[in-house]
Amino acid sequence: MQSIVSIKNLSKTYESGHQALHSVNLDIQSGEILALLGPNGAGKTTLISIICGIVSPTNGTVKVDGFDIISDYRKSRELIGLVPQELTLGAFDTVWNTINFSRGLFGKPKDHAYLEQLLKDLSLWDKKSNELRTLSGGMKRRVLIAKALSHEPRILFLDEPTAGVDVELRKDMWAIVEKLRQSGVTIILTTHYIEEAEEIADRVGVISDGKLLLVEDKHDLMQKLGKKQLIIELKEPVSELPESLASYDLELSKEGNLLTYTYDTKGEGTGITALLQAINDADSLALKDLQTTQSSLEEIFVNLVHSEDDV
Amino acid sequence: MNIHAVKAIYKFEMLRAWKTLFQSLASPVISTALYFVVFGSAIGSRIENIEGVSYGLFIVPGLTMLSVLTQSVANASFGIFFPKFTGSIYEVLSAPISSFEILIGYVGAAATKSLLIGLIILLTASFFVDLRIAHPVWMIAFLVLTCLSFSLFGFIIGLWAGNFEKLQVIPLLVITPLVFLGGSFYSVSMLPPFWQTVTLFNPVLYLVSGFRWSFFEVSDVSVGISLTMIVVFLVTCLGIVSWMFRTGYRLKQ
Repeated sequence: MQSIVSIKNLSKTYESGHQALHSVNLDIQSGEILALLGPNGAGKTTLISIICGIVSPTNGTVKVDGFDIISDYRKSRELIGLVPQELTLGAFDTVWNTINFSRGLFGKPKDHAYLEQLLKDLSLWDKKSNELRTLSGGMKRRVLIAKALSHEPRILFLDEPTAGVDVELRKDMWAIVEKLRQSGVTIILTTHYIEEAEEIADRVGVISDGKLLLVEDKHDLMQKLGKKQLIIELKEPVSELPESLASYDLELSKEGNLLTYTYDTKGEGTGITALLQAINDADSLALKDLQTTQSSLEEIFVNLVHSEDDV
Repeated sequence: MNIHAVKAIYKFEMLRAWKTLFQSLASPVISTALYFVVFGSAIGSRIENIEGVSYGLFIVPGLTMLSVLTQSVANASFGIFFPKFTGSIYEVLSAPISSFEILIGYVGAAATKSLLIGLIILLTASFFVDLRIAHPVWMIAFLVLTCLSFSLFGFIIGLWAGNFEKLQVIPLLVITPLVFLGGSFYSVSMLPPFWQTVTLFNPVLYLVSGFRWSFFEVSDVSVGISLTMIVVFLVTCLGIVSWMFRTGYRLKQ
C-alpha cells in the first residue's frame, strides 16, 4: 500500500520546555484505519495537531500525499479533515451555516446536495436549522464530524472521537468510520479505549511519553505479543502437582481443580500435546474440561507502556 | 488565493451582524440622536460657531469617528477572540488559507460593518443638521482608511486578549479617552497651549481633523499630515499582525 502520510524524525518541545514528541517516525498507509493508543499526555494530540497545522513542529518533516505540511501547506491541508477532542463549536450558528463555513474555508464551492447527504448520513438533517448551543453533546460530536467531512477530505483525523459519549453513540461512530473507510478515506484515530482500537483499527500504534513504541498490524500485534493460556479443569482437586509436570509453566488454583498453562504463540511448538500426554500419564490427574484464552489488546498495551516505564 | 475561504469568513462574520441587525443599527442611530439632542441642541445652542461652522454641524465628523472607531475595534476584536475562546479557531488554523487571507476575511468584515454604521450615522445626522460634504471622495477615503486601520487594531486586541476582561480594557481605557480627547467635539485651538501640544500625540486627532476637513475644509492639522498618520498607523498595525501570524503569537504553540 502507498503511504499517504509520512512522518520523519518529528519532535516537539513546547515553550514550557516539555518535550511532547521524541523523534517520531511513522508511515500511514492510504485507506487504512490506524489507531494511536496511549495514556493521557502521551503526545497523541500533539502529533495530530502538527500534521493538521495547528501546532508548529520543533524538528522533523511531515508529508501528506507527498506535500510538505509547511512549504506546501495548502495542498496538504486540503486533503485533511480533523475532528478535535473537545466540543469546540460556536454557539449561535446553525448546523447548516457552520458546515457551509467549513466547506468554504477549505476552498470548496457550495454543494448543497453533498452537504444534505452528509447531514442525513450523520442523522443531523432534521437539526440543520438548530443553533449549535441547543444541541446535545452527542449531536455536537456529529456536527464536528460533519464539519471535518464537509470538504470531502481523503484523510480524517479523529482525536478521541468517543471520549465521554454513550455506548450507543460509540457504536454509531464506529459504523460511520467503517463506512468512510469503505469510501476510501484514510482514518487516524487516537484513543485510550483499547476496545475501540481492537474493534475498528487495521493497525495500532502505541505512543507513550512522546515516543512511538510500535506500529503493528492489529492481528499481528496480538499474535506477536499476545500470550495464550490453556486452562485445564480437573475432575478431582489436587493439593500438589506430580513431579512429571514440574518442567511445565503451570499454575494450580487455590481450589486445586484448575491448572493454568501459559504459552507463547510466537514459539514453533506450544507444548500442549506433550503437556496433555503428561497429564494423561499421571495417575493422580483426570481431565474434566479445557479452554483457551488470549490476552486482549489492553493487556498488551499495559505491558508495553509499563515495560517502557521500567526502562 | 483561497477565494472561497475568504468569502466564507467574510460571510460568516457579516451573518453574525445580520443576526443582531436591530442592535447593530438601532444603537448608533439612537446614540447619535441623543448626542445631537444634548450637544447639538441643548449645549450647542449656547456655543458660538467654530471657524464658521455651527456647533451642531461641527460635531458630525467627530461623532461619526467616535462610533466608527469603537465599532471597528469591537467588531474585529470579538470576531477573532470568540473562536479563540470557544476553541473553534482550530478550523481556521488547519484550513488551507494564508494569514493574509484570514486577515482579509475578518478585518474586511469588521471594516464593512463599521463603514455601514458610519454611513448610517451620517444619514441620521442629516435629519438634525444641514449636512454638507465639501469633498465626498476624500470623506469616503478617510472613512474607509479609518475603518480598516482600527479594525486591524481590533484584530490585534482580539489576538492578544486572553479573556473577556482584557478584550474590554483597551477599548474602554484607551480608545474612548483618545476619541474624546482627540478633538471630536471641539477644535484643538480651543485648548490651552500645553494641552494643544499634548493632543498632538493623540493619533485620533489626525483622523478626526482629516475627516472634518473633507466636510467643512477646516482642520486642526494639515490634511497631508492626517493622511500620513493614518497610513503610518495602518502600516504599523499590519506589521504587528504580520509578526503575530509569523510567530503564531497566542494562536499556535
